[in-house]
Amino acid sequence: MNGDANPVWTLVWTFGLMSLFAVGGANAAIPEMHRIAVDVRHWMTDREFADIYAISQLSPGPNVLIVTLIGYSVAGFGGALAATLAMCVPTAALAYVVSRWLTRSRQSRWPALIQASLVPLSIGLMGASALIVAQAADRTWAAVLATVAAAVLAASTRLNPLWLLMVGGFLGFAGVI
Amino acid sequence: MPPDSPPAAVAAPAIPALTVQPPPSVFALFFAFAKMSLAGFGGVLAFARRGIVEQHRWMTADEFNETFALCHFLPGPNIVNLSVVFGSRFRGIVGGIAAFAGLVGPPMLLMTALAALYMRYGDIDALRRILAGVSCGAVGLLISAVFKMMLPLLRRRDAAALAVMAVVFVAIGVARLPLQAVLLVAVPASIAITYVMRWRGAA
Repeated sequence: MNGDANPVWTLVWTFGLMSLFAVGGANAAIPEMHRIAVDVRHWMTDREFADIYAISQLSPGPNVLIVTLIGYSVAGFGGALAATLAMCVPTAALAYVVSRWLTRSRQSRWPALIQASLVPLSIGLMGASALIVAQAADRTWAAVLATVAAAVLAASTRLNPLWLLMVGGFLGFAGVI
Repeated sequence: MPPDSPPAAVAAPAIPALTVQPPPSVFALFFAFAKMSLAGFGGVLAFARRGIVEQHRWMTADEFNETFALCHFLPGPNIVNLSVVFGSRFRGIVGGIAAFAGLVGPPMLLMTALAALYMRYGDIDALRRILAGVSCGAVGLLISAVFKMMLPLLRRRDAAALAVMAVVFVAIGVARLPLQAVLLVAVPASIAITYVMRWRGAA
């Protein structure tokens, strides 16, 4: 916790600003969350970041709620609430305004063009997220192997993701990973 | 979306039951989104689509896709944007807030409880090992999601898009540059490239 300002306000403006640049959803913003929380503000260690990512995936709800966990670890319940609302409300308000405006001007071709041009950006961002969380999580060769196996299974089967997380947890508990 | 869109497309003209139901009340919005959210392990989108289109029939499959495309192209968490746009379409701002509160409120409380447990017991060795294993699975899921998103680009051999993707990946993932700076350059560049490619494709 940094002493110079109220940490709740730091959370609010950090995540409020981040959300406006979070094109491609919450998973695409993971590298920026990691950079701010671990490297810039030193709110948590690399390992703690990997842990809260795991917790956020293990529990239901929108993926963006990883910011709830970051907020909680910085400033308790108030921090959790502040970080979540800061990450969600500005862009939700923007979405509300834009959807109102678009239903009135339907036939423009710019939305489709902009959307198509954002697709490779959001994939690149998500790939970077995967790399950053993998570097924090995969400390051993067994862990790398488990990650690759989970990726292959998730890509090639329609298995419920929860099973993969639970098997991972079990292997970890058994000391394999 | 691909698995169930073909039957819907075939059945749509014949079966009148696919017509959209009366608009939901504010309370129905809150509870429907709370239910979808709490069922949504590893992302809510699939559950939101099933709830809105198939169970409640508040929207047709096409209306849902259009609404989601809009929310995907705007910044911020997609599904949160979707809840607000969806709720407000039926019940104005109050409906938007109700859907948002349903989507975010209950899992946020759950998440806070988990965070409290982690802060208290996070150093216990068994829990550390379990979380290490879960992280491996979670990273694997993320990699597979990235792979699935890349498939259409690979199939089309869209070299320009794949190049933009690779540059963003290296800038953020390897060089660890700040997101704002990268997007400030990459967004206009990608729009320009897409525009030129389409113009050349049309010519």
